[in-house]
Amino acid sequence: MSKTITIDGLAVPFQEGQTIMDAALASGVYIPHLCHNPEFKPHGSCKLCTVNVNGRNVASCTMPAVEGQQVLSDIAELNADRLALTQMLFVEGNHLCPACEKTGNCQLQAVAYYLGMMSPHYNHFYPQREADASHPDVMLDRNRCIYCELCVRASREVDGKNVFGLSGRGIKTLLVVNSASGLLGDTDLAVTDKAAHVCPTGAILIKRHGYAVPIGQRVFDHITIKDVQTGGGDE
Amino acid sequence: MQQFEFPDISRILTPILERHGGDASRLLQVLLEVQDVCHFIPSEAIDLIAAHFGVPRVNVEGVVGFYSFLSTHSVGEYRLLFSGNITDQMLGKDELMQYLCNKLWVEPGKVSEDGLVSIGSTSCTGMCDQGPAALINGWPLTKLDHNRLDLIAELIRSRKPVADWPAMLFEVVDNIHRGDVLLGQPFEPGAAIRATLARGAKETLVEVDKSNLRGRGGAGFKTASKWSFCHATIAEEEGGVICDIDGHPERFIVCNADEGEPGTFKDRVLLNSYADLVFEGMTVGARVVGASKGFLYLRGEYRYLLQQLEAVLKCRREAGLLGETILGQMDFSFDIEIHLGAGAYICGEESALIESLEGKRGRPRNRPPFPVTYGYKGRPTVVDNVETFACAAKIAEKGGAWFAAIGTAQSTGTKLISVSGDVARPGIYEYPFGVTVSQILDDCGAEGRPYAVQVSGPSGTTISWKEFERKIAFEDLPTAGALMVFRRKRDLFQVAQNFADFFAHESCGFCTPCRVGTELQKKIMSKIASGYGTASDLEELKRLGHILKTMSHCGLGSSAANPVLDILEKFPDMVESKLKAFAFKPAFDLDGALATARTITGRDDDWAHL
Ligand SMILES: Cc1cc2nc3c(=O)[nH]c(=O)nc-3n(C[C@H](O)[C@H](O)[C@H](O)COP(=O)(O)O)c2cc1C
Ligand code: SF4
Ligand code: SF4
Ligand code: FES
Repeated sequence: MSKTITIDGLAVPFQEGQTIMDAALASGVYIPHLCHNPEFKPHGSCKLCTVNVNGRNVASCTMPAVEGQQVLSDIAELNADRLALTQMLFVEGNHLCPACEKTGNCQLQAVAYYLGMMSPHYNHFYPQREADASHPDVMLDRNRCIYCELCVRASREVDGKNVFGLSGRGIKTLLVVNSASGLLGDTDLAVTDKAAHVCPTGAILIKRHGYAVPIGQRVFDHITIKDVQTGGGDE
Repeated sequence: MQQFEFPDISRILTPILERHGGDASRLLQVLLEVQDVCHFIPSEAIDLIAAHFGVPRVNVEGVVGFYSFLSTHSVGEYRLLFSGNITDQMLGKDELMQYLCNKLWVEPGKVSEDGLVSIGSTSCTGMCDQGPAALINGWPLTKLDHNRLDLIAELIRSRKPVADWPAMLFEVVDNIHRGDVLLGQPFEPGAAIRATLARGAKETLVEVDKSNLRGRGGAGFKTASKWSFCHATIAEEEGGVICDIDGHPERFIVCNADEGEPGTFKDRVLLNSYADLVFEGMTVGARVVGASKGFLYLRGEYRYLLQQLEAVLKCRREAGLLGETILGQMDFSFDIEIHLGAGAYICGEESALIESLEGKRGRPRNRPPFPVTYGYKGRPTVVDNVETFACAAKIAEKGGAWFAAIGTAQSTGTKLISVSGDVARPGIYEYPFGVTVSQILDDCGAEGRPYAVQVSGPSGTTISWKEFERKIAFEDLPTAGALMVFRRKRDLFQVAQNFADFFAHESCGFCTPCRVGTELQKKIMSKIASGYGTASDLEELKRLGHILKTMSHCGLGSSAANPVLDILEKFPDMVESKLKAFAFKPAFDLDGALATARTITGRDDDWAHL
């Protein structure tokens, strides 16, 4: 017999070893998230997936599901806090949605839509971050990086390459690549690598594919991120 | 691309790498030595080190970028870092730093044009009882004043090696003003181990349990529970796979000597004058949980203690108190290795500490699993504070009931308090738990009328003069061991701002709420300090405090708003007097921005103003 937890009053079954996020996704319950991708080992850095379990806040993507947990997720207070975290991600980098190639396909933008973000709220940091066009097929624009480490994990776990990593600390955290020159073109990244395709924002883009799908016909132009990530919606 | 632009690099690196062997957990130790010799980590060295350890280059670069004391650009032959804690600031740190910068013709935070010297700030160096303090190439300078800085400038200008500088510049004293069972009673090395062996490991755990000893690192977790969890994990594995590293069963005892909390310096004193007691406690712990290997994680700022600590370890090995068959006991071997930190407060957090021990960026792990089941190299690991081990040694020697009779019901034993700030006698005071703040203030000669006290450093609690009858105990005011005293007229807003800057600087950057939240908090505090604050900024600070507290990954983020929230609540007048207006105000002065235009046009009439 499978065990269950309760998310916002709904009974959700889970198997031993699953996290709260795993159980939720499997049952079509959406918990906003950015650094989590079911294909990779959980990371727990963006904190958008924070839920309240028996009175305590925890990251649902890393917290193991345990029989009888009472989980609160889709409540006003948590959604307001998630919105604030999303706004923080926008102001710490340089995000130019209307001019970004990824617009409409970007998970950061889509989460912002979902949470009803109307303004950045905080003052922009306008950091100086370098873009790197040295690779023949892949563009790296650090301005849009949210340090979810999905590229890091994909390169290490799937491609077996270690092309990406983080350096720096605190607000000076920096995405770095595995070459003495510091340039993506000098790494062994191939356009077919998983790492080139997992970025939830427009930080890693495949060159010469910019407008293959016109703006207005992109994923999140039609379907909410909730429906995309839980397999819901009717498309 | 040219491979080895730094000509001597492999000549410099080879002996260092050979000395450290091939285990990648030595990475940070290697990098510290390279930084020492080259004054930075050359790109070519990163390649060679990565190849030596068989790890990706990005990993090495990531470690270099994480720690304050490592850098990829030259920091000068002489690197002077002033301790930036509020107590150093109150003793004139800012002015002294500027004075030295002027003397040596260098801007703060920059390297002089000839590459000779750089002068900057660092987080608290743990010398608050003899500040203002600084580090010169990692060595502590204390009691700085203009005379000393004149001398230092002279020594730098004449390029005298730091090793040949006058010893009085580096004098660090203990300043023990009140001793009790730890500091005030003699200890015979070996006594606790003998008692443990005579009594038995399980029985010793029972004594530690009876003593009700709680961790001295801040959180106050019951030490016996931690030790028995670690032991239970082993028990589960017995009969199953017995894990081995180099023929040793894998369980680890780690002594957390990171002591990064600003205002705390009691572990420094324990390590300086009571190292035997600390190592003995670790050895008792090893016997109880069955560990054969221990680490002392020594913060980079206390590197000056390294040599003497190694000497104590050597003595203990020679006396049969460490190493193989301790005190002739065939089934008892345990040794201790010292690992140096490199300037990162977060590495005091136990899971970040373990990552750092493994030679990585000091990023707190996801929990569960906790270190007692999955710690160093994935093995059950106990991480305890320096003072906790000192207490454990005493308990092993004298029994749990003896210890439990001291202090209060929930907080047994004594507590070392590092006292600094506006007091006549800064230093270390050992009290039984339950002592009131006002008692400590009387004993240390708090100057004038103390107004506020910061208990347990920035991540602790700010209390006002109305609360001085409160007690130091887990039941009331828990503390990792710091008390910073502020007299009337001190600008408490500036105190909170100093702490906000500290957290922003020390956030590891892993999680969004803390990485961005601490920086936002810092910016708002700075906006208010420069006279542009409004009521809405106070609301914003409260909102940020809520997010930091409830969404952060680890204790750093969740306590980063404490000092700010405390002064908003307890000293509202002090904050409000800083505000420019109660309504919205932009973060800059519109009229001021027109000043240049007015100068250029030579106008100063009403229409030229906003
Ligand atoms: C940001 C942060 C910094 C910490 N720094 C220290 C430290 O410097 N020394 C210490 O003993 N504990 C520190 N701790 C607490 C440790 O994580 C851990 O609880 C402690 O070492 C356990 O030892 P104890 O049980 O003996 O107190 C810190 C915790 C956090 C969250
Ligand atoms: S580049 Fe993209 S995938 Fe990589 S850390 Fe940044 S946002 Fe995440
Ligand atoms: S709370 Fe701060 S220090 Fe802790 S993991 Fe998050 S960013 Fe790092
Ligand atoms: S999705 Fe869980 S922390 Fe990012």
